[in-house]
Amino acid sequence: MSMQLERSPTTGDEVISNYTINFGPQHPAAHGVLRMVMELDGEIIERVDPHVGLLHRGTEKLIEHKTYLQALPYFDRLDYCSPLCQEHSYVLAIEKLMNVEVPERAQYLRVLFAELTRISNHMLNIGAHVMDVGAMTPNLWVFELREDCMNFFERASGARMHSAYFRPGGVHQDVPEKLLVDIGEWLDTRLPELFGDAMSLVLDNRIFKQRNVDIAHVSRDDAIAWGFSGPMIRAAGIPWDLRKSQPYDVYDRMEFDIPVGTNSDCYDRFVVRVKEVYESAKIIKQCLAQMPSGPIASDDRKVAPPKRGEMKQSMEALIHHFKLYTEGFHVPAGEVYVATESPKGEFGVYLVSDGSNKPYRCKIRPTAFSHLQAMDFMCRGHMLPDATAILGAIDVVFGECDR
Amino acid sequence: MATLHSAPRFTLIDGLKETLSTALGGHLLDAHDEHGELLFTVRRDAVEDALRILRDEHGYQQLMEIAGVDYPSREERFEVVYMLLSLTKNSRIMVKCTASEDTPVPTVTTLWPNAGWLEREVFDLYGVLFDGNTDLRRILTDYGFEGHPFRKDFPLTGYTELRYSEDEKRVVYEPVELAQDLRQFDFMSPWEGADYVLPGDEKAGTPPVDDPKVTEKPSDTGAGAKADKEAAEKVSEGAPTTEESGTDAPPPPEPTEDREDRPAREGKTTDTAEATEPKGDGKDA
Repeated sequence: MSMQLERSPTTGDEVISNYTINFGPQHPAAHGVLRMVMELDGEIIERVDPHVGLLHRGTEKLIEHKTYLQALPYFDRLDYCSPLCQEHSYVLAIEKLMNVEVPERAQYLRVLFAELTRISNHMLNIGAHVMDVGAMTPNLWVFELREDCMNFFERASGARMHSAYFRPGGVHQDVPEKLLVDIGEWLDTRLPELFGDAMSLVLDNRIFKQRNVDIAHVSRDDAIAWGFSGPMIRAAGIPWDLRKSQPYDVYDRMEFDIPVGTNSDCYDRFVVRVKEVYESAKIIKQCLAQMPSGPIASDDRKVAPPKRGEMKQSMEALIHHFKLYTEGFHVPAGEVYVATESPKGEFGVYLVSDGSNKPYRCKIRPTAFSHLQAMDFMCRGHMLPDATAILGAIDVVFGECDR
Repeated sequence: MATLHSAPRFTLIDGLKETLSTALGGHLLDAHDEHGELLFTVRRDAVEDALRILRDEHGYQQLMEIAGVDYPSREERFEVVYMLLSLTKNSRIMVKCTASEDTPVPTVTTLWPNAGWLEREVFDLYGVLFDGNTDLRRILTDYGFEGHPFRKDFPLTGYTELRYSEDEKRVVYEPVELAQDLRQFDFMSPWEGADYVLPGDEKAGTPPVDDPKVTEKPSDTGAGAKADKEAAEKVSEGAPTTEESGTDAPPPPEPTEDREDRPAREGKTTDTAEATEPKGDGKDA
C-alpha cells in the first residue's frame, strides 16, 4: 500500500484577490446613514467609495416654497448637533441682503449661543470619536455636559435642539438674567471639572494614541486643495478660522486663540477640538462680561415683529405682526454667499432673492461634503478599523451632508 | 450705502474688480459688485481657464462650493456658480456661467479634486452636464432616480413615493398619491405682487360694443313700467304701540340670606379665612 499525502486546501501561496464590502448604511461607527463601498486587500483599505444622500430630504427645494422666516427652522434640522450655528449663517445672509442693523445685545447673545453650540457639538463628537476607538466612559461624562448645554438652550428658546432662536434682525426673545448667571457658573465649575476629568482619561491614553496618531495624515496642500475647513484645516497647521479672519457679529471684539495641529492626523483633529472647547468658554465669558442691555431685535418693524404687549395697544403693531407672519418680509433682489465658522467647518448659505417674500434659491454648503469626499485618499493604505477613527475625526453628521 | 449688517467681513481689496476683470480678459462677460459680493460671469467654454487664472495667479486657492440655479424663462436656463476663497488674501468671489440641458460645462476636477462631488450634485439636482468629469453619477437622490428634482418645473411632491410592502417583503415604489392637495399659500399682497387675474378683474376692460351700457336713467336699466302700482302702496300702519296689560309683574325672589330658619352669618367677609380653618388643634382629624 502506497502512502498518500493529504493536501491541505488552505496552505500554499495562494493569491487572495481583493474583495469589496459594504460599510454601512447602518453601522454604529458611520455616524448616521453612510454607505461606504470598500475594496479591501486583507485588512488594508485599497479604495473607498462613500455613497451619501441616504438622508436627502430636499431641504433646499422646500425652502424655496417657504417664506424667509418659515425656512429658518429647516436649518436646525440640517446638522442637528449644532443647530444655532447654522441659523447664524442663514440670518446673516438675509441681513446682508436687506442691510439690517442688529442691536448689540442681540449680537452678543448670538455669539454666546453659537459658542455654546460649539461646545455642545464638540462634546458629542469628542465622545463619539473616543467611543469609536474603544473607550466608553469619557463619552458618558461629556454627554452630561451636552445635556447641560441643551438645558441652557431650552431656557433661552423653549426647545432643546430645534431652537429657531436666531431671527433676521436679532434673536427671538431676551434671556432671563439668571440664565446668564448660571452659564457663567457652569463655565467656571462644571465644564472644566468634568471635561478635564474626561480628557485626562483620553489625551495621554496609550490605546487612544495608537489608534489615532499618524492616521490619515493630510498635507497642508492637500487640505487646501480638497476644500477643508474648520478643525480639519486647522489640524493641518493652517490657522484659518472665519471667526478671526472674517468676523461677524461681535467676534471682532473677542479675544481667543486658534488652536492648530502640527501633524495633521486624527489625533491632532481631536486635540484641536478639545482646545476649541476651552476657547469657546473664553468667548462666552467675555460675552457675559461685555453684554450690554437693550433691545434684542431690530426696531425695523418690516423685519422683526413687535412685542406682544405693544400689539395690544397699537393698531399699527398689530398690522405689522399680521403681515410678518402671513406674507413675511420682502428681501431685495440679489445674491450673497455668507459663510460662518460652524463647529464642523465652513457652513455657507448662498441665497438668491428675486425681491419676493420667498427665497428664489437657497444653496447650503455643508461642511461634511468636502471632508467626506477626501475619505478615499485619507483611508488608502490604512487598516479597516482605522476608517472609524478617520470618520470620527471628520465629525460628519448626515442631516447636513445630505440636506 | 453704509453697511449696517453684521455679516462676515472679509477684506475688500481696492480695485479688485478691475484687476480680476483685466486678468480674465476675453473670458469675462460681466463683472458686478452688489451687496458686497463680487460676481464675475464668464463664458461657459472658458470656465476652466478662468478659474485656473484665478487660482494660480490671484491666490484663490479654495473652491468652497458649486451651486446650480434654475431660471426656466431664460434661453440658457441654468447658472452654475463657483464660490472661491482666498486664504492668503482673505477674499471671496463668485464666478458663474450659464448652461442649458444639452450644453456641457467644462469640469474643474482638473483644478480642485473636491469639485468632483460638487459637480455630481449639480448634475444630479439640475441635470447640468460636466464635460470631462469621469464620475458623473447621481449623488444625493435615490439609486435609480429619474429626473432632476431641483428644477423649478419639478413638483415639490415628486412623482414616486416608496413604502415597505408587507406582502412583497420589500420596498415598493408607487406613484405619489396625496390624501389632500399640497397647500401652496401665496401670501403676496394682491395689490402688489399677484401675477394672476383677480376674480372679477377680467370685466374691468372696455366692453367690445360701440355705446357701452350705462344705468344713469331708469329707462337704461331695461326695466319696464311697474307691474302693479297698488303693490307699491303702503298698507301697514306701522308698529303697534305698547299698551299697559293691567297685571303686575311677578315680584323679585326673596333674598336667600333672609331665611329665618338659618342663623345669621357671624363676623365679616374678611373673617372667612379663619372661619374655614379646622376647629380645635386638629388632632381628631
